[in-house]
Amino acid sequence: MHSYSWVQSALATAAANRLATVSLLAAFWLLLAAAGMMRPHNIRYVARILFPLGALGALAMFCAAGSFLLSGSAPETMTLAVGLPDLPFHLRLDALSAFFLLVLGMAGAGISTFAAGYFRSGEGTAPGLLGLHYHVFLASMAVVMLADDAYLFMVAWEAMALSSYFLVTSQHRIAEIRQAGFLYLLMAHMGAVCILLSFGIMQGGGWEFTFAAMRGAALTPLRATMAFALALAGFGAKAGVVPAHVWLPEAHPAAPSPVSAMMSGLMLKTAIYGLLRVTFDLLHVRFWQWGLAALALGLFSGLFGAIFATVQTDMKRLLAYSSIENIGLILTAVGLAVLFAASHLPLFAALALAAALIHVLNHSLFKSILFLTTGSVLHATRQRSLGKLGGLIRYMPWVALFALVGTLAIAGLPPLNGFVSEWLLLQAFLFTPQLPHTFVNMLVPLGAAVLALTVALAAYVMVKFYGIVFLGRPREASLDQAHHSNWLERAGLAWLAAGCIAIGVQPQLALRAAGAVTGMLVGQTVAGSPSVWRIAPIAPEQASYSGWIFLSMILCVVAITFLAVRLLVHGRVRRAPPWDCGYRWQDARMQDTAEGFGQPIRLLFGAFFWMQVHLPSPADEQPRYRVHIEDRIRRALYRPVSAMVQRAADAVSFLQSGRLALYLLFSFLTLLVLLVFAL
Amino acid sequence: MLKSHFVIELLKLLAAGMLLISFAMLSTRRIQRLITLYMWQGAILFLSTALVAYDAGLTELYFSAALTLLLKVIALPFILNWLVRRLGAQRENERLAHIPATMLAGLLLVILAFGLAQPISVLAATIMRHTIGIALAVILLSFLTMIMRRKAIAQVIGFLAMENGLFFAAASATYGMPMVIELGIALDLLVAVFILGIFFFQIREQFDSLDLHHLESLKEE
Repeated sequence: MHSYSWVQSALATAAANRLATVSLLAAFWLLLAAAGMMRPHNIRYVARILFPLGALGALAMFCAAGSFLLSGSAPETMTLAVGLPDLPFHLRLDALSAFFLLVLGMAGAGISTFAAGYFRSGEGTAPGLLGLHYHVFLASMAVVMLADDAYLFMVAWEAMALSSYFLVTSQHRIAEIRQAGFLYLLMAHMGAVCILLSFGIMQGGGWEFTFAAMRGAALTPLRATMAFALALAGFGAKAGVVPAHVWLPEAHPAAPSPVSAMMSGLMLKTAIYGLLRVTFDLLHVRFWQWGLAALALGLFSGLFGAIFATVQTDMKRLLAYSSIENIGLILTAVGLAVLFAASHLPLFAALALAAALIHVLNHSLFKSILFLTTGSVLHATRQRSLGKLGGLIRYMPWVALFALVGTLAIAGLPPLNGFVSEWLLLQAFLFTPQLPHTFVNMLVPLGAAVLALTVALAAYVMVKFYGIVFLGRPREASLDQAHHSNWLERAGLAWLAAGCIAIGVQPQLALRAAGAVTGMLVGQTVAGSPSVWRIAPIAPEQASYSGWIFLSMILCVVAITFLAVRLLVHGRVRRAPPWDCGYRWQDARMQDTAEGFGQPIRLLFGAFFWMQVHLPSPADEQPRYRVHIEDRIRRALYRPVSAMVQRAADAVSFLQSGRLALYLLFSFLTLLVLLVFAL
Repeated sequence: MLKSHFVIELLKLLAAGMLLISFAMLSTRRIQRLITLYMWQGAILFLSTALVAYDAGLTELYFSAALTLLLKVIALPFILNWLVRRLGAQRENERLAHIPATMLAGLLLVILAFGLAQPISVLAATIMRHTIGIALAVILLSFLTMIMRRKAIAQVIGFLAMENGLFFAAASATYGMPMVIELGIALDLLVAVFILGIFFFQIREQFDSLDLHHLESLKEE
């Protein structure tokens, strides 16, 4: 009895001080990170004890952030005793940070559970080190969302970049992975520099780097625009918005699958968080031109990502491009929200913002599922190339089921969660003709068409992904050795899939949580739901959506079909070879390939690609068909820069003669010059 | 006062001896003589520190002097000599190019060092303030010694001599560094000599010689 009341009072205290609770959870992750170093080579200790504990921490984070959002509490602030000398760290929990912490907790719980079953010994870095980086990564993401001054934000931001860099390069003996890691680190630092400069502008001359001071700073329109542009560039580099997307398709395949899931599902969202924080909270003015810029970037990223995803043959690269597409959609929604908010249409701004936030949540769930299933497939088959997979639904039925939920959700089909956010976003686009700018209100609806194209292409990509990996017949003989995933992996996937279904069928809770954020950022929430069964963000007579109708219809159709086939038609399972279309013999290699599936898109959107097709000559004894596809943006933008750096390095390489005396002479002369200056 | 005057004159003499030794190090060809010179430099350092300690009545400086005696006069020369014997490098002479030119460059450095030390010695309140210029000159000359040498051991001795100059500069300008730092530096020196000793063996193993121009092949093309 006594212990029960103690638990109750502890829970009550936690509920009263949610900021303290949430920061303690972040500290708990740090503790787990340190605990991993006690026995760094013991896989059972790290994977079976520490990772599940981390998942529990994430679950607690989810509960704390969720209850904060739903109770609609006022922001809580705290000043830490630690920090730089004379600059203590400030923490703040408000609706925006709570929403992203909720995302972190929800997806993090699933990913950590999966990771507990996934990591094995003998794969690159020692398990204890992986645990260290992994939990530091989790904790730093939480601190990014809690930070209330630029110092702590940047410290956490860099800790996040560094820990994820080490996670990406956990197989550091492979040169390509080191290269991918370097590219990632480089882009992360470029982004961080932009963010730092943006904070520098936003402090507005007061040289106070707390967010509270930035909220109060009065900036000239030019300075505010500069701050926004730098923030867009900096956070865009982290999120993988198009000209800065090059690191994503390299880093995601290089990382272990739970890490890819975490980076794609969660880390990219911290950039969205940062952008929202700067745009709607720290800056006191917004201009509609900013929204237009973000909208254009977002739409282009979305289309670009979707098109490139269709032609990928590596399943993790495909998902990485799909992440670019989804970030594009989120940025589109953010841009639309800025556009509406700056044009004094707060209700529509709230709608667009809610679409962005719910898509953040959704993407963190379904993209995590997909990355995690690629991890299971990778472990089961040791294959990452789509061309060598196939028919895995027979060998890995559970993984196939969860992957199906993920693919349907990301393809935007009702009654799953992807549909909800994409529907909200399209709803928001329908109100753009009400914008008070002549050309904008004519041009922006065209964006809706691009959006629809993107979403359709995304569905196409997912058909390709699922169809080639799980359906058909195995393309390689070795695939029948594929084994099941273990129960921890399945539990993690099941949690995420349950989230996808729950949000899709019953989106009211997500909408309420997003409503708390929009209320804080644009001072308006979308209309409440007319009933518990459906949502109608603007007005019930205009548009409403009910996941239950779709769900019940789908269930009815499935049940009727099943019964009809089972009872009425033949009632027994008959196995027979399918009609072979008159071919004498067929084998699994004749199935549609990943390249073949992407080929129409490759032709239609040829302008985006830089392609080299290698066709074998008819006389070739062992013909091989090869296509090398590269990104035009990467060729046009990054190649010249890297060539220039190389040239500059070559130009000064004569300094490195290898002669010790010369090196000593350099420092000697430096010393002399400095001394003479001192004179 | 008279006593202090005498001490100052004595200190100046010692400092002059130190400078002379630096020039000798710059021009000598034999490695064993280099070590002997280093030992004498250490001895002068010990004497001058002890004198300052006696004059200023600072017990801390006595410790410092004792440390110098132990490390720079006894331990390091012993280790270096042992290394040279183990490496069989006693008879190895270096071909030094342009000794007169080097000496001239050294002279210019001394002039520069005195010019640089002028404002500092005005500020300093110690009895050794006139010797700051010499201390700076010793640092620069030792650096020059390092640059002109091709044998690894000679470079290390140049490095150690440079540290002597730094120590002398600290003693002249502010009656020495805080004890903790001095102890740290002493330990660093000892460790550095050990590590460099290991490197000597490695370098000889690889190239059959201690001549550093073999290392030039290690650069990236």
